[in-house]
Amino acid sequence: MHDGTTHCRYAEDVNPAFPAEIMAKPGGEALRDCIQCGTCSGACPLSVHMDLTPRRVIALTRAGLERDVLESATPWMCASCYECQVRCPRGIKVTDIMYALKRRAIEKGMYPKRFPIPVLARAFYNIVATHGRNSESRLVVELALRTNPLSLLKMAPIGLKLMKTGRMVFRQERIMVPKELKTILDAMEES
Amino acid sequence: MTRYAYYPGCSLSGLGKPYDESLRAVFSHLGLGLEEIGDWNCCGATSYMSLSEDKAVALAARNLALARPMNAEVVAPCAACYLVLTKAQHMMAEYPALAARVHQGLKAAGLTYPEHVTVRHPLDILVNDVGLDAVKAKVTRPLKGYRVAPYYGCQVVRPYGTFDDPLRPQTLDRLMEAAGAHVVDYPLKAHCCGGSLMGTMEEIGVRLNFLLLKEAKTRSANVLATVCPLCQYNLEAYQGKMRHTFNDDISLPIVYFTQLLGLAFGLSPTSVGLQRNFVTAEPLPAMA
Repeated sequence: MHDGTTHCRYAEDVNPAFPAEIMAKPGGEALRDCIQCGTCSGACPLSVHMDLTPRRVIALTRAGLERDVLESATPWMCASCYECQVRCPRGIKVTDIMYALKRRAIEKGMYPKRFPIPVLARAFYNIVATHGRNSESRLVVELALRTNPLSLLKMAPIGLKLMKTGRMVFRQERIMVPKELKTILDAMEES
Repeated sequence: MTRYAYYPGCSLSGLGKPYDESLRAVFSHLGLGLEEIGDWNCCGATSYMSLSEDKAVALAARNLALARPMNAEVVAPCAACYLVLTKAQHMMAEYPALAARVHQGLKAAGLTYPEHVTVRHPLDILVNDVGLDAVKAKVTRPLKGYRVAPYYGCQVVRPYGTFDDPLRPQTLDRLMEAAGAHVVDYPLKAHCCGGSLMGTMEEIGVRLNFLLLKEAKTRSANVLATVCPLCQYNLEAYQGKMRHTFNDDISLPIVYFTQLLGLAFGLSPTSVGLQRNFVTAEPLPAMA
């Protein structure tokens, strides 16, 4: 991953189609209106932990530096609190753009490897696609098994408390005909 | 009796069970009906939107389609569910190509997307439908001695919430005052807890939540009221780790606003699920 400060970019690093493609996604329309004021980065509760601040993500996206943006952890660390989006003086839907970048990173297989957040998204997606409902307890166990099985030991004290208070449910809730979701999603792909 | 189509979401039968119990108790005490949407599915939360926008909107749209024949407003207590359902409505209205695909999908399952279903958060209903005066009239045990930090988190007020300010919300403050509590000034009230980051990047989640609790303590709160199951869990379950990491005692009971309201109405602690909270309610003054 480029560290964002010491790496020089050249014309060959630019994908000229990238900004327009992001702008064509719902929420991406106002990308070019950014004045780089940094309100988004200042508002973001996570920007201090990010490799690229939200303001830089917008700048790099607009410049077509696709790889820098998609390999960054930033879109994945966005917790979707929408504070940047609500505060942006230019009406840029920053949070929605982060979602568009996540989806593109998945499509292109360019998301940061061994990073737990896309793994969680995938595990969650699969549970719901299969059963129609999510089971928090199963999700936590599945995420741990795929990323860091030892973390299950560390989580045991919280797990015990959840069990004692009746808030840990291992039964998999499901909708009546889980296949109905597949019917809906398949029909959407055909249209 | 006003009745609402209830969309509990997955969390309210697990981590958020006391939210479900206290919400039902409070609504029933106020004579409001909650009729669960039959066969609802998961809202998709942030994960579906990260993988496929089409599918995320379709999941939410199926729930709205199921609520359609109920001819009632939808109540979504979980912040993520509330956000996803309202976001889906915005996207269906603003992006015709996406909407056409969703219509097509629902049609294959014999469902119709409703153009006019209103999605509400219980906080909105309690403040704007029931009203603060009516709430006050029901209070038999005012929350004297409770110094409440009103914590809204993010997705209930932003960006699609219509009933309060997205950055400096007030409704929970007013509701807790109506219940007889002292509400402390809490500038981080709409600051994000990090949501599922606690599960994926624990160090970061622990730090974010420590800051929220530290501020509440500094403002001399003795209880924090929340409107979201994930905020409640993050703030409550990781207090041990926060104490250990920052060597600072930030212990604070983290309760649902509906639990506090139920207590003020004279309901028993168990009927609002208080025995399910980790941080004992002992520090809560005047608990029967």
